[in-house]
Amino acid sequence: MSHLARVPWAPLVVLAALLVPAFGSRFYTFVANDVVIWALFATSLNLLVGYTGLVSFGHAAYFGIGAYTTGILMKKLGVPFLLAFPAAGVLAAAFALLFGLFCVRLTRIYFAMLTLAFAQIVWAICFKWNEVTGGEQGMPEVPYPDLAWMGRLPWLDGLRTSDHFYLLTVVLVALCLFLLHRVVGSPFGRMLTTIRENAERAEFIGVHVRRYELAAFVLAGAFAGLAGGLFGIFNRGVFPDFAYWTKSSEVLIMTLLGGMGTFYGPSVGALALILLNQQIVSYTEYWPFVLGTILVVLLFGFPGGLGGALELLGRRLWRPRRA
Amino acid sequence: MLEVRDLTKSFDGFVAVSRVSFDVAKGSVSAIIGPNGAGKTTLFNLITGHLRCDAGRVVLNGRDVTGVPPHDLCRMGVGRSFQRTNIFAKLTVYDNVQAAFLSHRGRGWNAFTPVRDLYREETLRLLESLGLADRAGEVAGFLSHGAQKQLELGLALALEPDILLLDEPTAGMSASETRETIQLIDRLARERGLTLLFTEHDMEVVFSIARKITVLHQGRVIADGSPADVRADAEVRRVYLGERR
Amino acid sequence: MFLFLIAAGLSLIFGVLRVLNFAHGTFYMLGAYTTYQLVQWMGVSGGRFWLTALGGALVVAALGGLIERFLFRRLYGKDELYQLLFTYALALILSDAAKMVWGTQQKSVSRPPELTGAFNVFGAIIPHYNLFIILLGPAIALAFWLVLQRTRAGRYIRAAALDRETLGALGVNVDALYTWVFVLASFLGGLGGALISPMRATTPGMDTEVIVEAFVVVVIGGLGSFWGTFLGALIYGQVLSFGILFFPRFSIFAVFALMAAVLMVRPWGLLGRPLR
Repeated sequence: MSHLARVPWAPLVVLAALLVPAFGSRFYTFVANDVVIWALFATSLNLLVGYTGLVSFGHAAYFGIGAYTTGILMKKLGVPFLLAFPAAGVLAAAFALLFGLFCVRLTRIYFAMLTLAFAQIVWAICFKWNEVTGGEQGMPEVPYPDLAWMGRLPWLDGLRTSDHFYLLTVVLVALCLFLLHRVVGSPFGRMLTTIRENAERAEFIGVHVRRYELAAFVLAGAFAGLAGGLFGIFNRGVFPDFAYWTKSSEVLIMTLLGGMGTFYGPSVGALALILLNQQIVSYTEYWPFVLGTILVVLLFGFPGGLGGALELLGRRLWRPRRA
Repeated sequence: MLEVRDLTKSFDGFVAVSRVSFDVAKGSVSAIIGPNGAGKTTLFNLITGHLRCDAGRVVLNGRDVTGVPPHDLCRMGVGRSFQRTNIFAKLTVYDNVQAAFLSHRGRGWNAFTPVRDLYREETLRLLESLGLADRAGEVAGFLSHGAQKQLELGLALALEPDILLLDEPTAGMSASETRETIQLIDRLARERGLTLLFTEHDMEVVFSIARKITVLHQGRVIADGSPADVRADAEVRRVYLGERR
Repeated sequence: MFLFLIAAGLSLIFGVLRVLNFAHGTFYMLGAYTTYQLVQWMGVSGGRFWLTALGGALVVAALGGLIERFLFRRLYGKDELYQLLFTYALALILSDAAKMVWGTQQKSVSRPPELTGAFNVFGAIIPHYNLFIILLGPAIALAFWLVLQRTRAGRYIRAAALDRETLGALGVNVDALYTWVFVLASFLGGLGGALISPMRATTPGMDTEVIVEAFVVVVIGGLGSFWGTFLGALIYGQVLSFGILFFPRFSIFAVFALMAAVLMVRPWGLLGRPLR
């Protein structure tokens, strides 16, 4: 095994992430917070796309549901974050179960279109249900959770609330990613890959394909909901466009950019896309043009995404030692 | 062990399988033969639940299993290999077989234990009996055609079946590969006490190991009996006139 | 009924090339912008408007052909997801390109002088031009359908939708056929945009609006089915107007609910055929 593979990358990255507020400005913490949340969102989608082979065009629906759940609970009902956050995951999972029941009956393009239709329905409801969701205006001023206890910890007393929230986000996302990583490496995860590879064969080793697909759908929806719950607070407001199809396409692109063949690919994709966006937007207003061009280059040149390209590079440069 | 009664299936008016009936005795080696398009694969698909039949019954060990979906049927002791090699192409050989064990031994819904060390012994043992142990780490899609078919066999065997349905197990193989595969299948069947039902084009193979042959033509059974009977059957000779193998 | 024109192009590409062309809405938008530009140069008098509309559609058709021939074709062997993403990327690139050239201000195109009047029907004012478009839509549709049914090229197109390989084996240049299909579909999209320009403001963002609508129409009617698209456009129009009239808050919801309902009950649409 090459030396590089022995390095415990994951804990190092988490450590680095935790140190951002100490070394970076408020802006860096802001960007990092964005990246971390989207990394969770993209990884949740990858469970469906990369591991089970189900391409969803409507994953933002669960992101939006999670965001609205946490937002409504915390802003309107004063529910503490400790309950409001998991509630985001639970409610998103419930809707994923409901929608998923119908979606997994369909194949490929029809599956994708139905996920899109359901997502647009969620968006339409968020957009119009003024009483509950604030309608088109959304719900600005979602409160931060009570983080005063953080100020009493050593090292952390000098930081702002937004920094405290960022640290909390890092810990929560790291936990979620760890859970997802376990799932992916488990027998359940392996069954999902058999479905992706060859659903017919999977059936004949005893895999009830539809049931597993539904389970993956619900799990992916749950974690997307958790990401949404965090995002609503981070964004200081929840808005209907969280569930709009363009959000779904953004997260899908991140997943692809980073490479759906690997676990950390989508997170890398989230990092890359957000940083790129920040950079490009400061030079030109034509971000979609740039994004489109990047996509085209990716599609023709690097179908494995960044993760795939890095893997290839890694294999060439650091040949593993064999006896 | 396996009884098939009056199985019928049509596609948009084209009758693929028509009132097919035959029996498979426990421990026997039976073959289904017939020219291309006779409906052999469709028949297999009907028995294994991949397709819904329009009429007829399939009885396994006295239990009616007509239309039972594949994922349930394979837990009842039915194993199957496919005509077009059907493996998990991007997984390694080891992972392919391990997946079958994971599913069959009921661990499929375990979402927390890392997969690495589960069923290691069983997987390696099976790979050895197939002759694929030295290639365990290779990606399945890159194996030779013959090796892939052996892997397919392995996937079916991992489910500890009582009866094995093999759809053209030697399709596309050279003469030597065919002999090897047949020897392998024969040995494994005897070692594990399996009942075999297979379809084949290669007459040499069929007549060498099958004890009972059912002949299909245009979806109907035209002969059913021992190899000697079938060889002598007039209709069979007519249908196969001009086909030499 | 102009939505039908757009949706027909989308349906055609899906039926033959088996890909959902996200960029179709952008072709529609480009048709409108190009027509605007041609009108700026040539004016609308003396029948010039029809020339500019045709010109706009042809430019878009040519663009579509070039894209298919040199870019899209290289993705055919790959996963459908890549093709879909390519069309999405295309939509991003082209719509921003339009912004670069024409800016973000709304553009308007004057109606052709022959059709500037309006009818007064039961107190409602219906501009001549609108009525003309309502009639033109089905007329183009019929012409298109006749081409599909009666001409040899049309037969080839329908055959390609069913079985590309056999058609190729029979000696038909399927690659070229695909390019022409793309050209034809882009022409329809561009024409829709061109004809709509006197009725609606030409702005960036019209592409995303229309693509979602076109998707809904095509899903309801049946991906790849010509009359299905026609039916889908009709139903869509009715549900929307009905919804806006009686349940204004739920009209957008109703449309997507209808799309979901069709997919749940009969995924290949009302008049479509199940995909192999």
